[in-house]
Order: sequence, then structure tokens, then C-alpha cells
Amino acid sequence: MSLDKATVAKVANLARIKIVEKDLEPMAAELNNILGWVEQLGEVDTENVEPMTSVAEMRLRWRADEVTDGGYVEDVVANAPSREDGFFAVPKVIE
Amino acid sequence: MGDLTKLGIAAARDGLNAGDFSARELTAAHITAMVAAKPLNAFITETPDQAVEAATASDARRAKGEAGKLEGIPLAIKDLFCTKDVLTTAASHILDGFKPRYESTVTANLWKEGAVMLGKVNLDELAMGSSNETSYYGNVVNPWRRAGDNRDLVPGGSSGGSASAVASFSAMGATGTDTGGSIRQPASFTGIVGCKPTYGRCSRWGVVAFASSLDQPGPMARSVRDTAIMLEAMAGFDPKDSTSVDMPVPNFEAALTGDIRGLKVGIPKEYRTDGMSPEIEALWQQGIDWMKAAGAEIVEISLPHTKYALAAYYIIAPAEASSNLARYDGVRYGLRVEGKDLNDMYANTRAEGFGAEVKRRLLIGTYALSAGYYDAYYLKAQKVRTRIANDFKEAYEKVDVILTPTAPSAAFSFGDKSDDPLAMYLNDVFTVPASLAGLPGISVPAGLSEEGLPLGLQLLGRPFDEETVFRAAGVLEEAAGFTATPTDWWRG
Repeated sequence: MSLDKATVAKVANLARIKIVEKDLEPMAAELNNILGWVEQLGEVDTENVEPMTSVAEMRLRWRADEVTDGGYVEDVVANAPSREDGFFAVPKVIE
Repeated sequence: MGDLTKLGIAAARDGLNAGDFSARELTAAHITAMVAAKPLNAFITETPDQAVEAATASDARRAKGEAGKLEGIPLAIKDLFCTKDVLTTAASHILDGFKPRYESTVTANLWKEGAVMLGKVNLDELAMGSSNETSYYGNVVNPWRRAGDNRDLVPGGSSGGSASAVASFSAMGATGTDTGGSIRQPASFTGIVGCKPTYGRCSRWGVVAFASSLDQPGPMARSVRDTAIMLEAMAGFDPKDSTSVDMPVPNFEAALTGDIRGLKVGIPKEYRTDGMSPEIEALWQQGIDWMKAAGAEIVEISLPHTKYALAAYYIIAPAEASSNLARYDGVRYGLRVEGKDLNDMYANTRAEGFGAEVKRRLLIGTYALSAGYYDAYYLKAQKVRTRIANDFKEAYEKVDVILTPTAPSAAFSFGDKSDDPLAMYLNDVFTVPASLAGLPGISVPAGLSEEGLPLGLQLLGRPFDEETVFRAAGVLEEAAGFTATPTDWWRG
């Protein structure tokens, strides 16, 4: 499985990171180098092995479905690069 | 009064209790040391005024008989921990100007026990790196230099600023975080002690996330006892972290009995890698001999999937990072770079806000999680992770702790490995397996390389058995008798 330029461009778009055309090729080479090294995982027999999804052997806790937090709009938006009336402001999305 | 910065946390605590000096005096001495150590670039943000204020309040509490476990002890905080109203950068351009309106649970626990913050310390960008060369705020310099050589060396990473601050006597201790070795490897490179507790022991709430199933805060200080004291203050159940474990926090310092007679110490044969440097191998053997002389029983063990740990890690950690770092979108905090529409704004912000290594990992992670590749990469890596964790489980039926080197080499020069991601990743070869299994580990300075640089040995324990790890580490530290310190060349 080797990444070409077009795949890198697609992945970069999924990750929302702009990569200029001239950087796609070198990035593909770097990523292929890492993925080539990762291929060694294929040597491990993982038949009937469950994927590890919890580090400590524990179940996630449950709590009552009720409001336990909130009521501080100013704190929430305090660090926003752009805000208006307690809302985050973003470029227009609907024409 | 002597130089107060040369004391350890335990000795400073005793001195403060005895009234030999005040928290204000102790803090003032460290502020002077921190300012003098600027050439090391360990601190991103210094908070001397707040430190003096906190020390004054600490003296007042002590006078009222209300001293906490770290009362008046000046610490450095890795700039990955959110600190209320104090700039928190994660060493990334993407968090420009971010001043959290809340305090991380771990730092809140430290302040509750009376500790004093000197400032926020540098790290690899978003904790991704093993040499502290990826920080937006510049490289951190190791206080140590090779004998007869004045070239700068890396402090290790990602907790490089924490390590440099403690090793240069600018702070008595520092918080670190460890995802694949980010506490233990820099501790080894700078001749200090670094402890990664069991996953779930310290709350991750308010710690800027890298890979959530691996990230774990821990203490860095100049002795095993000091890290034990710090960990007790940092740890504890936190309902705000869904993977925080609801268990009592033991008195870790009390575990330092100095007695390891009958303790079974495992030596994993797979860690004896081809091409292991002879001085690392000799140090490891020395460690084995010390444990044996102290009455431990040495047991050869096998951890057969060790060699696949790094490859599994470099799928799992980037995959989790690609999900966690989606939050940096130029909307809620930090940097925004405008674009022609919303998507363009996201892509521009993230292109400018993230450095090369972070981008590389985000792309790997996004690819590994994308449709068609998920099973081949992510699911496969998670299954390999199960096998690695099972290796340890089986080993701990036979032994109580495992002894290995911490890192494959001493500190290296800037630029040595930064052009080759794979060479850089190999730094974590001995620390990553325990991270994948969530196990507690500690690095203890055990000797000097031929070039006069510190080398560490690592002890790993069973889940939530930090006490045995500390006990064994205390014996190792005593036997090694590591008292070397770097010359303070940075004072000019």
C-alpha cells in the first residue's frame, strides 16, 4: 500500500491541512517511509486476538443524565479569535 | 543558609518545617536560578510575581499550621497543563495567546498541597517528539555537555523543558506527561528521575490531549523520594476524566523501605537488541548486579512482541492525535488564518499553526483511520497492542518488576536525528511497550557514559503497583550513588 500524490492530497483535505502542490511529493515519500516500516505488523499473528480498547481493565462510569455544568458563556468564548454576543463567529457558510 | 536550589524536595520540606528558611526565600532562590538559566530556553512563560505571591501565602498557611504535602515547594509546569489565566501553548503556534479559564486537575492538586508555580516549561510541539526540537518556541538545551566539548545537546523529549529546568536546579521538580516515553527518556538524558504512573492514576483533565489512551501525567525531580512525594500530591480520582481510576492514593514515600530481598526482577531478553551500544549493555548488567547484591532474585523473561511495539505505537498515537487535534479549527481558541470560506479558513489555520512533525503524524493518523485502511492499520495495531499487553501480563506472573535501559543512547546533538523521523522514533524503543500496556515506569540515573553524559535505567511494574516500582528504584538509586551534576556553564 503506497501513497501517491493524489492520496496525500485527499488525506490532507480530510485532515483540513493545506499542503501546497510542490510539497505533496516529498510528503508522500516521508509518509511511505513510515508506512513501509509499519508493514512489519503484518508478521504478528493476530488471529482471534481482540483489539485493545481499554487500557486499565475497567468499565466506563455512568452518571445520571442531568445538567451538572455550564452557565459561563463568557469563559467559553473568552479565547475565541472572533466572537459576537456570546457566540463564536465564523466565516459565512450559507449564501 | 547555603544554596537553597541544591536541596531536594524532601530536604526543603524538612528545612521549611524546621523554620530554617521561608517559602519566600526558597522561591526567590529558584527565580534567580530560572532567570540565570535563560540560555537553556527551558521556560516558555516565567511567572515570578505569582510565584512570590504564592510563596507568601504558603508561609502564612504554614504559620497557621495548615501546611500541605508540597507546602512552599517551587515547581515548573509542563506547558501542556492548562493553568488558569496563564498562557498555555503546548509549544504550538496553533494555541497562540490561549489563556485557559480553568485549571487542570493535576496542577490544582499540586496547589492544594501548597506547591508554588515558577512558570510553564517548554516541550516538543503538542508533546510530539523525542528531542525537544519541534517546539514553536525553539529548542530546549540540555544542561549537560560532553566532557571537553562545548556543543549543545538535546534534553530529550517531549518533556524537555521540565527535564532541563530540574537538572539545571531552576526548579525542585516539574510535571511531565508521558505518551511513549516523554517523561522517562528526557529524565535519562538529563540525569534526573522521571516517573510515568499507571494509566489512570493521574487525571488527564485539563492536559492538552495528544493520544488519550496513552497520555499520562507524572513527576520529574532529582531523586526517587522527591518523585514519590510529588506523585502522591498529583494523583487521585477525578470524575472529570472518564479513565481516571477510583482507587486510594498510597503514601508512596513510605514505600521506600530500602529492602528488596526476595523481589523478583525480570530481565526481558528481547530488549537486548542487535546493535545495542556496549556502554548501555554494561550499565544494564551493572543494574542487574546491584539488584542481585541487594537480595533480589533475577529472572530472565520473554516479551516476544517487543519489536513490534514502536510500529503499533506510530499508528495508534497518530490515529488518536488526528481525532484529538481536530479541535484546533481557528474557531474556539488560538490562531486563526482567514480563507475564502470556512473550510479554507480551517485548512489555512492548521497549515500555519502546526509544525512539520505534527502535520506528518496527523496525516498518518487520518490515513490509518480512513475508509478502506482502518482494518489494515488501526485495527491491526490495536490487536498487536493486545499481544504486547498480554506479554507483560504473563511476565508479571513470574516477576514483580522489570529492569531495562531507559533509552538506547545518551543525549545527542541538535540535528542528529531531526531529519529522519524513523531514527527519532527509535529513541522510544524501550519506553513505548510499557506505554502501550499502561504500566507504571520510572527512569533512575545510574551512571555516566564515556563522554560524561548521564544514562538511566528503567524499572517497570504491575498496574497500580507504583509502590514496588518506587521501592526497587530507591534501592537502584542508592546502589548507583549518582551524584554528578552538570557544570553551570549557562551562567556565563
